Amino acid sequence: MAFPYYVNPEQMTQDKAEFARKGIARGKSIVTLEYDVGILLLAENPFKLSKIGEIYDRIAFAGVGKFSEFDRLRKMGIQWADVEGYRFSRDDVRGKALANLYSQAIGEEFNRSIKPFEVEIVVAEVGDPQFAGHEANALYQVSFDGTIQDQTGFCVIGGSDDAMRGHMVANFRPGLPLGDALRLGRDALQMAENGSPELAPESLEACLLEAESQRRGRKFRRLSADDVRDLLGA
Amino acid sequence: MRFRDGYNGSSFMELLEIEHPHLTPNWDRLFAATVGELPAVAHGTTVIGLRFADGTMVAGDRLATMDYRVAMRDIEKVFATDDYSLMAIAGAAGPAIEMARLLGIQFEHHEKIEGEPLELEGKANTLAHLIKQNLPAAMQGLVVVPLFAGYDRRRRMGRLWRYEVTGGRYEEKEYDSVGSGSLFARESLKKSFQPGASRDQALRMVLEALADAADEDRGTGGVDTVREIYPRVKTCTSEGIEEISDSRIAQIHQSIIDGRRRPVE
Repeated sequence: MAFPYYVNPEQMTQDKAEFARKGIARGKSIVTLEYDVGILLLAENPFKLSKIGEIYDRIAFAGVGKFSEFDRLRKMGIQWADVEGYRFSRDDVRGKALANLYSQAIGEEFNRSIKPFEVEIVVAEVGDPQFAGHEANALYQVSFDGTIQDQTGFCVIGGSDDAMRGHMVANFRPGLPLGDALRLGRDALQMAENGSPELAPESLEACLLEAESQRRGRKFRRLSADDVRDLLGA
Repeated sequence: MRFRDGYNGSSFMELLEIEHPHLTPNWDRLFAATVGELPAVAHGTTVIGLRFADGTMVAGDRLATMDYRVAMRDIEKVFATDDYSLMAIAGAAGPAIEMARLLGIQFEHHEKIEGEPLELEGKANTLAHLIKQNLPAAMQGLVVVPLFAGYDRRRRMGRLWRYEVTGGRYEEKEYDSVGSGSLFARESLKKSFQPGASRDQALRMVLEALADAADEDRGTGGVDTVREIYPRVKTCTSEGIEEISDSRIAQIHQSIIDGRRRPVE
């Protein structure tokens, strides 16, 4: 039996973190922001494989980094949410509980596995104006090591996002109409180091959680390129 | 949540069976514990589905019976299982409503996992699978015989299926009815049905058929004028699902009974 070498835990953690950061930085960033009646999730993504997805009635998911890893995490979230809603009720499926589960699953992978997940994700939950105590929106950001952060207003994930975050801090205001929120998000994406300077509507993946949506329960909606063009033009 | 070895498919029912078996009904164990006859349970009675020009229309009375008594006067038997499909239940109400709920979750689950909804044909087959799984319960008397209707966006038409307890599914081109009053509803539709009917014509046909079923079958509830309970009618078209308002149903129902009224001699 080979005797395991001693590895300094601090060194190992740093190496893993650096590895994960590099992997995440290769992908494009995603910006999530609140607008007057909901939450907008926006990514530069001209491809058919989605980075943003519906989890449950009021909850959406967005991931950056390695597609196979965050897409598996997305599916796990849907599985958890649907079982939870089936076992209890639709109102019992909460974004906070899901974000905590993600945090634990990703954190455990970071600690136990040689190769950590190269992902960063956002769990967005739109508030319900009719449900006392649950009116507010929530944005939970979970990093590759399981660190969970509760963001207000907006949230940027992805590697090369300093310029984006600066632009968001300077220009984000609560209660923006959807068209303004979409333009702000697009402008921020255009500032990403590895982003395109001119983003056409076809290159954007845009999804909404609409607080006032009339659709039975489910508040998630994927915008088409035409929707995006109309909103940007308005 | 299991990242590596968890279930990785798109079926909610399989997910339950593999990872949460305690949430699925274990009929063998349930019936092993049952000694003698199953106690009386609520039964839904008559539901109708038909194809009309824009899509499909599904209707049901609102009565549930338990042997010869009323179990519920305003039960829902017509369920939207997603934006483009409807399921109407007859038979043992408990398992049937549970089946409709599970079916709705299954469709939504698949749509979210895969990013695209199932085709209508796939939805009809999913229900067949659920009914087949319910066969042990059906053998004990908990028979569920639904109708399934929807709008097929690929073929751009309304489609309608009936089922039998074995999971056999049969597509109907015109209309069908299941439940205790279905014989009378079908006889009524046999005379009144016109292919490619308008929405208003279709509504009149199903309400006539339900009135006929309620007239001849003691288990089928008619219009309850005292409590103002009306049959439930929903349509499924390219525009999605729409419920016909009680006031519209009341109006047509009134004209039907006015036409049938005979003077007392």
